[in-house]
Amino acid sequence: MSDMAVALPEIEGRSLWQDAWRRLRANRAAVASLVILAVIAIASIVGPELLTWKYDQIDWDHVEAAPPNFAAGHYLGTDSIGRDLLARVLFGGRVSLMVGVLATAVALLIGVTVGTVAGYIGGRTDQLLMRLVDLLYSVPLTFFVIILMVTFGRNFILMFLAIGAVEWLTMARIVRGQTLTLRTREFIEAARAAGGSTPAIILRHIVPNVLGMVIVYVTLTIPQVILLESFLSFLGLGIQEPMTSWGMLINDGAAELEVTPRTLIVPAIFMTVTLFCFNFLGDGLRDALDPKDR
Amino acid sequence: MSPLLQVRDLKVHFPVRTGGIVVGKYAPLKAVDGVSFDLAAGETLGIVGESGCGKSTLGRAVLQLLPATAGSVAWLGTELTALDKDEMRARRRDLQIVFQDPLASLDPRMTAGDIIAEPLRNFHPALSSSERKARVQKMMGEVGLLPGMVNRYPHEFSGGQCQRIGIARAMILRPKLIVCDEPVSALDVSIRAQVINLLMELQRAHGLSMLFISHDLAVVRHISHRVMVLYLGRVMELAPQDLLYAKPLHPYTQALLTAVPVPDPVRERAKPRTVLLGDPPSPLNPPSGCVFRTRCPHATSVCTDVVPPLETAEGGHTVACHHWRKIGGYVMPGS
Repeated sequence: MSDMAVALPEIEGRSLWQDAWRRLRANRAAVASLVILAVIAIASIVGPELLTWKYDQIDWDHVEAAPPNFAAGHYLGTDSIGRDLLARVLFGGRVSLMVGVLATAVALLIGVTVGTVAGYIGGRTDQLLMRLVDLLYSVPLTFFVIILMVTFGRNFILMFLAIGAVEWLTMARIVRGQTLTLRTREFIEAARAAGGSTPAIILRHIVPNVLGMVIVYVTLTIPQVILLESFLSFLGLGIQEPMTSWGMLINDGAAELEVTPRTLIVPAIFMTVTLFCFNFLGDGLRDALDPKDR
Repeated sequence: MSPLLQVRDLKVHFPVRTGGIVVGKYAPLKAVDGVSFDLAAGETLGIVGESGCGKSTLGRAVLQLLPATAGSVAWLGTELTALDKDEMRARRRDLQIVFQDPLASLDPRMTAGDIIAEPLRNFHPALSSSERKARVQKMMGEVGLLPGMVNRYPHEFSGGQCQRIGIARAMILRPKLIVCDEPVSALDVSIRAQVINLLMELQRAHGLSMLFISHDLAVVRHISHRVMVLYLGRVMELAPQDLLYAKPLHPYTQALLTAVPVPDPVRERAKPRTVLLGDPPSPLNPPSGCVFRTRCPHATSVCTDVVPPLETAEGGHTVACHHWRKIGGYVMPGS
């Protein structure tokens, strides 16, 4: 019997991830969001290199927020001091998305580590880590960022760290909660009975099983971080001129709202569309990964 | 033959919060309270009892998946309760478990092959992935799964197949002891016999010892060499399978066995039966003396005052009852 069985081809199983992916693809809003996000991301990455005008380059022939002029290469016009608006929006997207993704990655790494360790080991370790989270929660964000900027000077990297250091707290709590419910599941006990060490169980069983929840949260954290960055830039604590981000462009545009609303509307559209897409994508992911659907 | 596993006066108590506002007041829930038994190589000990009598807790405490409150669990002469985490982990190579709920005991994000290979990765990390796969597929053949199914996920299998994966995972290291925690109670009757026979085959082939926990008396009778009857975390009776089923000495065992329906309506109606009144008392507040006395038709004042010791009757039959001689063995009809 076993000879015959070996001769059979191996059947490819369909994992829960593949099932979720299929469900996600069936969700039109989520797929559209994914496509739009990809377009915006690619445009932000390669766009500024392809345009004739650089983001910090002033066109002296078209100062004072000139209207769109295709012949001169200003497809969306210029800003108040004559820099190409499209180049600035795309470059700002680069910064905003980078802050969003990197800060979320930092938050993800710390949050998942702390959450799984606290939830799985429990006891005193859990108490200690979660009280630390409570403590950090109570520090006001702006205050924390101002102190960081004052001590270390304005720095791009510092921004990721500061935002990541705040965003991981919620992530840790969510992951810990998930881990607590996983810990009592029989397959974790089975893993212990099979001789798995604590790190092996966390990496092999806990992390893959909390990942679904975490991915949804990540798609909701990225827009949150982008907003946070624009808020900090708005206060003058973020990116410095001539570098820019969507938050700063909106800030600049808001000042000239009455004269040239275009300088506000263009970056605002980019940012809103991105945030909407992330939210729709998160929504779709949550539906696709919902275990009750299985 | 010296026993493989020697359990002496094992107790597992869980603290249960009973009150208190800021500082909680705790009472011990005595899930397992003073259980002793030996297990020889190649032997199957069946553990039966009602829901909540501590069967599963006992099985997990033997494997140190739950900490024992008191007592000793000696494996080949080594005291397991005294080992630290890493030493215990090394011992797990010989001590495995099969769980009750086949699907819940398998990680939903892993393939069947990965699940079965997990013990190998823990204990033979040097094995190359192709060697590992070969051993997994051989094991799958042994438990009656098609080796072509390695890449499937647990939700793509039936309950019986999931339990076979669980058995393959427990068997792949060739352990010496397997604790089966109600391995068939979640399965369909038609699958049940297949899984039981598989376990018995594997036991014969590899000389395994087994602790077989179940509330199904017929299944336990079929698979066990000896049977232990638990009630409220204590041993009521421990006897070789044929003796216990033919002539139970403890009134609780008698009640359990007469409650099993006979597949013949005429005999079923004519059958004498000991009906137990009420529910088992709370393990938070067990009765004094003999824990069974509140529901025992033969209870007297001595049962209230003195905990009955396990007494030895003929043929390795042990029973914890003050009155077993007076009650006399109840001879089961038809045996």
